[in-house]
Amino acid sequence: MKRRMLLGFFLAALFETSLAQKPEAKTVQITARKFTFTPNVVTLKKGVPVVLEFTSADVFMGFNAPDLNIRADIIPGQTARLRFTPDKAGSFVYLCDIFCGDGHERMTGKIRVVARGPE
Amino acid sequence: MVNRRSFLKIAGVGGVVFASRLARGADAYATSQDEFFFVQLSDTHWGFQGAANPDALVTLPKAIEAVNALDPQPDFIVFTGDLTHTTDDAAERRKRLGGFKEIISRLKNQKIRLMPGEHDASLDRGAAYSEFFGPTHYAFDHKGVHFIALDNVSDPAARIGDEQLGWLKADLGKQARDARIVVLTHRPLFPLFPAWDWATRDGDKAIELLMPYRNVTVFYGHIHQEHHFKTAHIEHHSARSLIFPLPAPGSVPKRVPLAWDPLQPYRGLGFRQVEAEAQPVEYKISEFPVVGKA
Repeated sequence: MKRRMLLGFFLAALFETSLAQKPEAKTVQITARKFTFTPNVVTLKKGVPVVLEFTSADVFMGFNAPDLNIRADIIPGQTARLRFTPDKAGSFVYLCDIFCGDGHERMTGKIRVVARGPE
Repeated sequence: MVNRRSFLKIAGVGGVVFASRLARGADAYATSQDEFFFVQLSDTHWGFQGAANPDALVTLPKAIEAVNALDPQPDFIVFTGDLTHTTDDAAERRKRLGGFKEIISRLKNQKIRLMPGEHDASLDRGAAYSEFFGPTHYAFDHKGVHFIALDNVSDPAARIGDEQLGWLKADLGKQARDARIVVLTHRPLFPLFPAWDWATRDGDKAIELLMPYRNVTVFYGHIHQEHHFKTAHIEHHSARSLIFPLPAPGSVPKRVPLAWDPLQPYRGLGFRQVEAEAQPVEYKISEFPVVGKA
């Protein structure tokens, strides 16, 4: 009986520790409108999961960060969600990849992924 | 009058003759009659206004005058998309397409093959373009070469799409594995630089369909500069623009036009001549600057 209780305490402690170590997913909202993303610089931490939430203020747009291998359609009236965990530090371009008019080519932003500091 | 030989000389001085040899036997096609040349113009962006080209109204007319001066004349002339500069105004889009049509009517050789770019077609899925110029994808044969014009722009998401890929598969199915095939398109079919949207989202599917054919060459536009690349044995050659040059892929943080230099107007702009030879299967590319009095 005593051994079982000890095992239970041990497992509970292990579970709490793993919960404490698992980082919370951060949510970042990004609005697309002709011909900008707001914000157009997003800073994330390596290894920390994030949910990117996209809305369009006018027309059908696309979000594409090819070097992070993530993309989403941004449909007016809907919220697109993209969950991912950056696995490398650096600066990564994102762009609108749905042709949306004169100025489409300027519609870009940057994701900065920084290494996690001490908690 | 500048004849073909002197044009080649000009090209040679600039070091811009590019010989593309597809060293695979295509003996069945090899006769002297099979040799010909065509001219590729691209990204004319008729209707563009901006500091990147203060001479936008005369650049295309000058290029047309230069093509008209070729002696002999090419067998035909292709425009690989972005004939017009985009506009949200549907009436203005038609006005620009009409203006472009009027200008190319000045070409001495009216054997012209057109295809759209995203500036022409992406905002209305090719509707206005088709009213003026017909289908956005098609195939034709010329002196032993099978030409395929692929549309990777009418879908604003830069997809060829399953329907057109099915058409491509059926069209290729009629060709021998050693057929001489030239693909004309606007965007690169391979992921040249996706961070600048220099790609076709399902271009890999088109390349996969083309891969079994031993003599395939792709000529495209979109990136406003020469670029030469191979996916396995398939060669891809992009053309200069006739409005403004863009920087080399990834060479600068942003994809913005190179500044107009009043001391060297039209620098980085031009068109090309492609000589198709049957034995060996080869395409000699000669790049020409914008000249002419227009």
